[in-house]
Amino acid sequence: MSEHATPEVSYLNDPKGTKSWLFTLDHKRIGLLYLFGIMAAFSLGGVFAMLIRLELLHPGKDIVDADTYNQLFTLHGAVMIFLFIIPSIPAALGNFVLPLMIGAKDVAFPRLNLASWYIYVAGVLLALFSLFSGAVDTGWTFYTPYSTQTNTSVISMTFAAFVLGFSSIFTGLNFIVTIHKLRIPGMTWFKMPLFVWGLYATAIIQVLATPVLGITLLLLIVERVAGIGIFDPAMGGDPVLYQHFFWFYSHPAVYIMILPGMGIISELIAVFSHKRIFGYKAIAYSSLGIAFVSFLVWGHHMFVSGQSELAAMIFSFLTFFVGIPSGIKVFNWLATMYKGSIDLKAPMLYALSFLFLFTIGGLTGVFLGALSVDVHLHDTYFIVAHFHYTMMGGTVMAFLGGLHYWWPKIWGRLYNETWARISVLLIFVGFNMTFFTQFLLGVQGMPRRYYNYLDQFQPLHAFSSYGSWVLGAGFLVMAIYLIHAIFRGRPAGPNPWEGLTFEWTTPSPPPHHNFDKVPKMTHGFYDYHLVTPKNE
Amino acid sequence: MSESSPHTGFVAHHFSDAEQQRESAKLGMWVFLLTEILLFGGLFVAYSIYRAWNPEIFHNAHVHLDITLGALNTVVLITSSVTMALAIRNMQLGMRKQAMVNLTVTLLLASVFLVVKYFEYNHKFHLGQLPGRFYTFEGIAGGNPHIFFSVYFLMTGLHGIHVLAGMAAIGWMLIRTGRGHFSAAYHTPIEMTGLYWHLVDMIWIFLFPLLYLVG
Repeated sequence: MSEHATPEVSYLNDPKGTKSWLFTLDHKRIGLLYLFGIMAAFSLGGVFAMLIRLELLHPGKDIVDADTYNQLFTLHGAVMIFLFIIPSIPAALGNFVLPLMIGAKDVAFPRLNLASWYIYVAGVLLALFSLFSGAVDTGWTFYTPYSTQTNTSVISMTFAAFVLGFSSIFTGLNFIVTIHKLRIPGMTWFKMPLFVWGLYATAIIQVLATPVLGITLLLLIVERVAGIGIFDPAMGGDPVLYQHFFWFYSHPAVYIMILPGMGIISELIAVFSHKRIFGYKAIAYSSLGIAFVSFLVWGHHMFVSGQSELAAMIFSFLTFFVGIPSGIKVFNWLATMYKGSIDLKAPMLYALSFLFLFTIGGLTGVFLGALSVDVHLHDTYFIVAHFHYTMMGGTVMAFLGGLHYWWPKIWGRLYNETWARISVLLIFVGFNMTFFTQFLLGVQGMPRRYYNYLDQFQPLHAFSSYGSWVLGAGFLVMAIYLIHAIFRGRPAGPNPWEGLTFEWTTPSPPPHHNFDKVPKMTHGFYDYHLVTPKNE
Repeated sequence: MSESSPHTGFVAHHFSDAEQQRESAKLGMWVFLLTEILLFGGLFVAYSIYRAWNPEIFHNAHVHLDITLGALNTVVLITSSVTMALAIRNMQLGMRKQAMVNLTVTLLLASVFLVVKYFEYNHKFHLGQLPGRFYTFEGIAGGNPHIFFSVYFLMTGLHGIHVLAGMAAIGWMLIRTGRGHFSAAYHTPIEMTGLYWHLVDMIWIFLFPLLYLVG
């Protein structure tokens, strides 16, 4: 493994100069630009989260007043969702890896790819503008009628989300065409790596759902600016219509967040178990299955919003269907690990964390899909814990797993494995301390988004806040050793993990045109029983 | 990729040939059109809901739209779709001059559409048949008649923005054709612009009966 030198010339330094980065059409560089953007957003959102937890250490005021608190949780949600988690895996890691995985030189529309990054940056600037011009206190869902009445700068924030939607659509569109048209000859649909399947299912949702968010936010902006009354009951409008519109996008959007993560997990589990993936087709189809069902369940966010009982029952019933393809995936991953030779490297530890946490998140999702239970738990900390187990325990764990997995490919250097494991441990423990506690708080009736609370909740709130410090420490450690690796890490060699997908056949970091010679399909990407991968 | 691949001037480095590039552009454009349909889809849903809740308002308000002008605009847009298609056909046959003429006619027809729309809007502004809190007209029976005009201005307004975007695209194609960027072998951007323009027409073809005709 050890004696490798990083190549002198790679996409990182060919061509040279700031300008060559700002106008690059190379998917690898655009992926990196995205990575910088989303990591900055993640840090910002993380700081908001730490402040929220700090404030909730005791009942009453600790550090900020109630209005600031409302802005903090709104901004935490909006930044994490629109600026970090939606672009995280597809636009950053997907952009970097997808063309490599299918043996292409680039995505189908490189200029559109670069444009999507600039649109993302414009969205970030708008969001920052909103932050400094009075912030937003509506919650990230911008529910009417409050969002049309509050004095905070809702328009710039919703416009930011609108603009970011375009960025997301362009990425999705680009990926769909790339996957359809640019696979190397011989790579049929069912020979594609499963991460590519994950990205494909994600791209479909991005393209089909995001325009609906676009029109929704546009209507909200027009409503605020011109008072058209479309969501205002006093003028014959309907605020519940806003919720329908919003969740028609935002429920599928949670699968925009989780599906690419599931794709990463499929790769990690196969590679680090050195075993053929179990149930390849089932995993691939279940991604499409989740994408399909995702469009039919939005009403489960609205069980107490006044939709008809019949609609609520149907939505509840349909919601349970999401459990089926998700369960299929989890069992296939477990079956892949069975009798494999499992290598507990940091990416695999993230994959295992994902399995553990996502299962809890998924199962509590089934509880919440049940009508009577949801009426009890709606808008409590139980919901907060549930979606953090799926979004952070699921997507973020998968993202971090992928980030560690491809870090040597991106930079050509290895990070320190010991520190990486310490960091996984801190993050795993800190995460559970923070959020498992919130399940308990929710069941006991602690409502979400409240500034103040009863004394009886104080011990659990405090424990959750302590957990957030452990979690924060874990991320701090990670930032240090990952950045250290870029400059001082040992050279990684083309294939440090003994993977079989194409990105491991080219040098790390890859050359400008991805491959020195075009890769060929000589074996399946998971055929560990046929091939012994070498790190040449 | 082997250096022998047919990379003439217009084929980007990451495509193996012109066919793959054209197919990719086409698929991309169709996916984009899909997103446009979904964008308008939200408004069509809003239309259906408010119409179902306020049938009498929609009936009483829609008679204030000018069917003649609406019909005129429909004819104008359909004709512009024909000239757009002709421009593409011209370019496929390598008839550059002809293509430029047809693109110019398309552009003119699009302008006619917007001018007619301007007069319609102007008339409504004058009468106070406006959305939401700006509504001041007093000739329509029933509660909340402004809802119809909210929906009307939202739908035709968003469509109008798309007409403008289409005109920008067609204008750009006209310039590029003039500069000799296209030929019988390569004219994908004009074809894509054509697809977009047809979609803009198609949306109007739905808007016209829904707003002007259905009572």
